[in-house]
Amino acid sequence: MAEMTMRDALNQALREELARDERVFIMGEEVAQYEGAYKVTRGLWREFGDKRVIDTPISELGFAAIGVGAAMAGLRPVIEFMTWNFSILAADQIINHAAKMLYMSGGQFKVPIVFRGPNGSAYQVSSQHSQALEALYANFPGLKVVMPSTPADAKGLLKSAIRDDNPVIFLEQERLYGIKGEVPDTEDFTIPLGVADVKRQGKDCTIVARSLTVPLALQAAERIEKEYGVSCEVVDPRTIKPLDIETIINSVKKTNRLVIVEESHQFCGVAAEIATQVVEKAFDYLDAPIKRISSAEAPMPYARNLEAAALPDVPKIIEAVKEVCYL
Amino acid sequence: MPKVGQKTKYESALADGKTRFSHVERWEELFDPEVAQAEYLKRKKSQIAIIKKMDKNLLREMLYQMVLGRIFEEKCAEVYRLGKIGGFCHLYIGQEAVAVGAIMAIDRKKDYVITAYREHVQAMVAGIKPETVMAELYGKATGCVKGKGGSMHLFSKEHNFFGGHGIVGGQIGLGTGMAFAQKYQGTGGVTLCFFGEAAVNQGIFHESLNMAQLWKLPIVYICENNQYGMGTAQKRAMSIANIARKADAYGMYGEFVDGMDVMAVYQATSKAIERARKESLPSLLEVRCYRYMGHSMSDPGKYRTVEEIKKYQQRDPILLFKDSLKEAKVFGDEDLAEIEQQARKKVEEAIEFAEKSPLPDERELLTDVLA
Repeated sequence: MAEMTMRDALNQALREELARDERVFIMGEEVAQYEGAYKVTRGLWREFGDKRVIDTPISELGFAAIGVGAAMAGLRPVIEFMTWNFSILAADQIINHAAKMLYMSGGQFKVPIVFRGPNGSAYQVSSQHSQALEALYANFPGLKVVMPSTPADAKGLLKSAIRDDNPVIFLEQERLYGIKGEVPDTEDFTIPLGVADVKRQGKDCTIVARSLTVPLALQAAERIEKEYGVSCEVVDPRTIKPLDIETIINSVKKTNRLVIVEESHQFCGVAAEIATQVVEKAFDYLDAPIKRISSAEAPMPYARNLEAAALPDVPKIIEAVKEVCYL
Repeated sequence: MPKVGQKTKYESALADGKTRFSHVERWEELFDPEVAQAEYLKRKKSQIAIIKKMDKNLLREMLYQMVLGRIFEEKCAEVYRLGKIGGFCHLYIGQEAVAVGAIMAIDRKKDYVITAYREHVQAMVAGIKPETVMAELYGKATGCVKGKGGSMHLFSKEHNFFGGHGIVGGQIGLGTGMAFAQKYQGTGGVTLCFFGEAAVNQGIFHESLNMAQLWKLPIVYICENNQYGMGTAQKRAMSIANIARKADAYGMYGEFVDGMDVMAVYQATSKAIERARKESLPSLLEVRCYRYMGHSMSDPGKYRTVEEIKKYQQRDPILLFKDSLKEAKVFGDEDLAEIEQQARKKVEEAIEFAEKSPLPDERELLTDVLA
């Protein structure tokens, strides 16, 4: 085990996959000479050169399309969006092209591509730079959606995403780039897509959290245990699609209570999907209504206090757990 | 605007043996089929000399594919009206010289083709069997994409045919990526990327051409200017309608090509492919053509007159080519009749195959979603 930041874990994953497979290349805005707007690609251009690490013009639709076309022709592109907010310019290529290519070609053209970059809020970057888009992309058949919350998960999942033969939406979080964690130094460490991880064992209430909200849920769980003697289990699906609903259901069967915490908006969101599946498959095990904590139903404001109010936080999670536990 | 017959820069360029005229002033006039025909007649003599030197089998295949495409599409219209084909069905009638002239110029082993949704003929010229194309239109299991794509989404990996795409302009970016991959892998291959003139107004066209020239990608962009984006005439949608000249914005080679003249398309594409293969440079060809049918089968065509269509039909690409082949004494009337007969038979076989084929198994609904 080695302790490192999520940024360095992602960087390691990229370096290892570039070294492992000649077909892998990285393309995006400022990924090469500038070393990445968030330094996730630091050092890679120096090591692998112009052919493998490529700076693009500010043309999200265009370079996303080049990635999809190159993937159809046998390469394994990693396309960086400086933030996922900019992916909306490229949504036509992701949704109309990458997601549907295998199906509409009758299984002939695979699109092994990873789209990655920071998703969700940062630090007072306001409405157009703070969106969490997992619900949008998870809605379309043909895409996989991955959201790591720890450096180890980030590394293992990114390596698997690059080796996957499908288009993978890989959602990082700017606020998590600097967090540190243990990363196994076993050779070629990977984590399979579609497998949830129980980040904390508990028996009284299940909290399903992802990405940024996992550390918040863990902090909340510690405080609830201390202050109220309630034991929370924290489940991190890690992959939103395919969703490991079994692990969530098994946890709910044990705790009989469920809180879902997410950074994205609530309406038609991932929490809504998880709640529905739990109701469909484990209704009789629930002792209280399911509670969701999501971002406010408003574009992200700039002011520090308003931004904080819009986002999930530890007190909100504690309140939700108290509510489902009738405390 | 100079009058017909008046000496122009274009004519001087022609006299110098140059066929490129993206920068000349007469491009707008050349929308007029009479003017285009006058230009065609000027180069016809030298073209016949070239035809005489060409491989007879290639010429036969070119004519066969054009005739096959025409009869195939006419048959599509017929069976569409009978409800055999569903959804959208965009016919290619009138534009055959573009698909045939361009795709006949590629190296099938390593070059790629990608296009939009008016692609039945492109698919067949690229090598997909008419039977499996028709079966696809019928939504049958034996279709080239197993009944999952339909008219707009024909694909064949075996034939390096990267599809049939339904979002206007989307394939321009994909084609650019395919050429990127060819260069990356050092295959020596080139991508032919077709799109209509209306796609030129999409952002993806400009983003793609910028990167293709910036990174020197081996691609030939073929703009099939059939003059209408659905029911909107080009001049109602484009501030600068000289599409070949748009290449200048990216420092790219641009050329105007008469899309009713299959030999002109063949020659221009061959040169562009050579430029891509030898120098790894992209080109933009504006190939001006005309579709006789509506945008799709549901288009009543009220935005243009029958007279206008008839005017273009006088320069029908199949008629022009047959005429040249006869004049070059490559084929006689009997040969031409035989080629047409062969094409008719092939289309009948395609219909029979499609009719007899089974619908896809319902279990296919959920296959091929993920690899």
